[in-house]
Amino acid sequence: MSNEHIDEVSGVSTTGHEWDGIRELNNPLPRWWIWTFYFTIVWAIGYTIFYPAWPMLSSATSGLLGYSSRNDVKNELAAAELAKGKYVAAIQSKTVSEIAADDALREFAVAAGGAAFKVNCVQCHGSGAQGSKGFPNLNDDDWLWGGKADQIQQTITHGIRFASDPDTRMSEMPAFGDIITPEQIAQVSAYVASLSGKVQDASLIEPGAKVFAENCVACHGDKAKGNRDLGAPDLTDAIWLYGSGEAAIAAQVRAPKHGVMPAWVGRLGETKVKELAVYVHSLGGGE
Amino acid sequence: MLDNTQIERLEAEAVNSAKVRQPLYAARKKVFPKRATGSFRQFKWLVMAITLGIYYLTPWLRWDRGPFAPDQAVLLDLANRRFYFFFIEIWPQEFYYVAALLVMAGVGLFLITSTVGRAWCGYTCPQTVWVDLFLVVERAIEGDRNARIKLDAGPWTARKLVLRISKHAIWLVIGAVTGGAWIFYFADAPTLARELFTGTAAPIAYITVAVLTATTYTFGGLMREQVCTYMCPWPRIQAAMLDEHSLTVTYNDWRGEPRSRHAKKVLAAGQPVGDCVDCNACVAVCPMGIDIRDGQQLECITCALCIDACDSVMDKLGREHGLISYATLSDYNANMMLATAGGATSVNPSLIRTADGPFSDKVAHFHIRKIFRPRTYVYMGIWSLIGLGLLYSLLTRDRLEVNVLHDRNPQFVTLSDGSIRNGYTVKLLNMIPEPRTIVVTLQGLEGAEMSVVGIDLPAGRSVPISVEPDRLKMLKVFVRQPAGQIQGTAQTFKFRAEDKASFESDEYTATFNAPEIAR
Repeated sequence: MSNEHIDEVSGVSTTGHEWDGIRELNNPLPRWWIWTFYFTIVWAIGYTIFYPAWPMLSSATSGLLGYSSRNDVKNELAAAELAKGKYVAAIQSKTVSEIAADDALREFAVAAGGAAFKVNCVQCHGSGAQGSKGFPNLNDDDWLWGGKADQIQQTITHGIRFASDPDTRMSEMPAFGDIITPEQIAQVSAYVASLSGKVQDASLIEPGAKVFAENCVACHGDKAKGNRDLGAPDLTDAIWLYGSGEAAIAAQVRAPKHGVMPAWVGRLGETKVKELAVYVHSLGGGE
Repeated sequence: MLDNTQIERLEAEAVNSAKVRQPLYAARKKVFPKRATGSFRQFKWLVMAITLGIYYLTPWLRWDRGPFAPDQAVLLDLANRRFYFFFIEIWPQEFYYVAALLVMAGVGLFLITSTVGRAWCGYTCPQTVWVDLFLVVERAIEGDRNARIKLDAGPWTARKLVLRISKHAIWLVIGAVTGGAWIFYFADAPTLARELFTGTAAPIAYITVAVLTATTYTFGGLMREQVCTYMCPWPRIQAAMLDEHSLTVTYNDWRGEPRSRHAKKVLAAGQPVGDCVDCNACVAVCPMGIDIRDGQQLECITCALCIDACDSVMDKLGREHGLISYATLSDYNANMMLATAGGATSVNPSLIRTADGPFSDKVAHFHIRKIFRPRTYVYMGIWSLIGLGLLYSLLTRDRLEVNVLHDRNPQFVTLSDGSIRNGYTVKLLNMIPEPRTIVVTLQGLEGAEMSVVGIDLPAGRSVPISVEPDRLKMLKVFVRQPAGQIQGTAQTFKFRAEDKASFESDEYTATFNAPEIAR
């Protein structure tokens, strides 16, 4: 720095730094630029006074404006609750069929019910409500206990075979392995399979029909169309909860499996259950 | 006697010794541009009137679009995400039109800069236009250059106070009007103007006006040339677009030098003398406060006011115009070679003139032909291609669109009669400001029928849907195909949307999924 170097072309002194013969001119900044630096310092000091800034032992200075991002979140959540309020009130006061008939209300209930479904129902019914073996697909048009919105609401509210709820949907198919012979089981299975498809040994169908008439019609009906009051499935359609085909049917006749669904009203409350019912009803199979 | 030869002298110097100390910052030197008169000044008044007129008046133009759309000719409706420009309406997904316009603006800037240099800076840049406007006010109140210098240097008298207060007050009014005009582009102008004055407009409107008033006042009134020199990136970038055939404002020292204020005396002494009489008129009128005779420089915005100033002096001297002129570097170099006899250190004016006075034939002058060169052809070509493409796309674009999203989970549902159902989210876009009935039809997928959630019609292959003006309608559609007619696990088919009144239509190819064994 001791020897000032002046650039020949511009007549401006350089910083004294040189890179491969290239020197940096030492032009002074405009004064207003310096002012902007001072202004940022003043601004920063003001900011720490007005906004939370200085760390203390257990917290931080709260600032004169009392700003807090947590309060912001709280306020936004409160505003969201308030905005939802009129829909929630309407859902509380209306029946599920009325909700499903109102475009705006249905849209809200489907969104809210969809969210509740993702948290509470997907464990058994799957994220797309597509079900799996033993857990019904809620998209289709086959309903064990009825597919009207209020019937779905009833099912969600009180559950199925949920012992601690006195209003739960209850039915139990006896284990026919103890009642009829294995031969009769094979015959009746062939008959049931024949109602919706082909069977290997057609000679079993006729005796099977007799076995069915003697043992099964009480619940499944004489045309095997099922009975929704009893949760007895329609045996003539293409949808099989525990698998199709003679072997799967025989297994279910011998020692039937029964799924259990909890009653949700105690945990989710009536409003959420209504929203869930509207959501499930909207999936495409609702009646 | 002290023997100081024993003491070693060290090579050391204080880091802040007076002879190496220099200021960290420099105060701004005030610029007092003198009023120029001449053809470029006339042209700049015209450009100023047009650009300011466009800016202030555009939001007030009306354009009838029927009862379902705003009647403002230019409107950026951010709340509804619609952008209106006279007969064009743009939805957010069509924003590529704006991107293409920006590309055109970029290429256009290359074209303009490569032909006439920094014309953007000198004539149409808002900073230049508003500074010009603020200078008009300043001159009207405080007088021209000399009066302003005197006033500025003088003591704070009552007169100075009145002049200064009225000048800044008018500047602030211009700033407020400028900021005010800006917000009218984003809402219905007459309504917003009424709200603005009755204090019922949205807070953001007042904040925007306040911010833009402050920036207009600060940049146009207080900072002026500092914005161009220190804040703007354009001077750095635009210089890179110039070539030796670009027109720039040039001091033609090949005819101006050696400059002299006492031409007769010098001539009498037998010394050569150029056209420049060193009157400094070019410096006095410069809004950037520079001397063009120092050569092409970053600060020069090529406003050409120095050309006007110099030409009027040349008129008085009875010499040719163009001592300062728009010239290309190649012409300038050729003339410089001529004037210096091929590279001498000093200019000899006699070399460029014939014996009886006028320029010799060898002096190069700008010819319009020089604008047409491969580089400008390429820019022009790219610019027009994008423009034509844009126009074509605009004239043939769809105002009716259908988009389909196949349900992913579950992909298909088996129904009790064995038929297969797929769910779709179908979006109908009615992009005109009129209500329409759009018929959605299935094409392909034999035997399939669809039902639309919320529309009480028996399942069929064709469903009429009424869509509100200028809106998107989202439908949940279930398509069902009987078991016997399913061909394969993934069949393609089309959703066709058609407006039976205008015959406009759009199609979307979708997939219908089915399980491996469908009976």
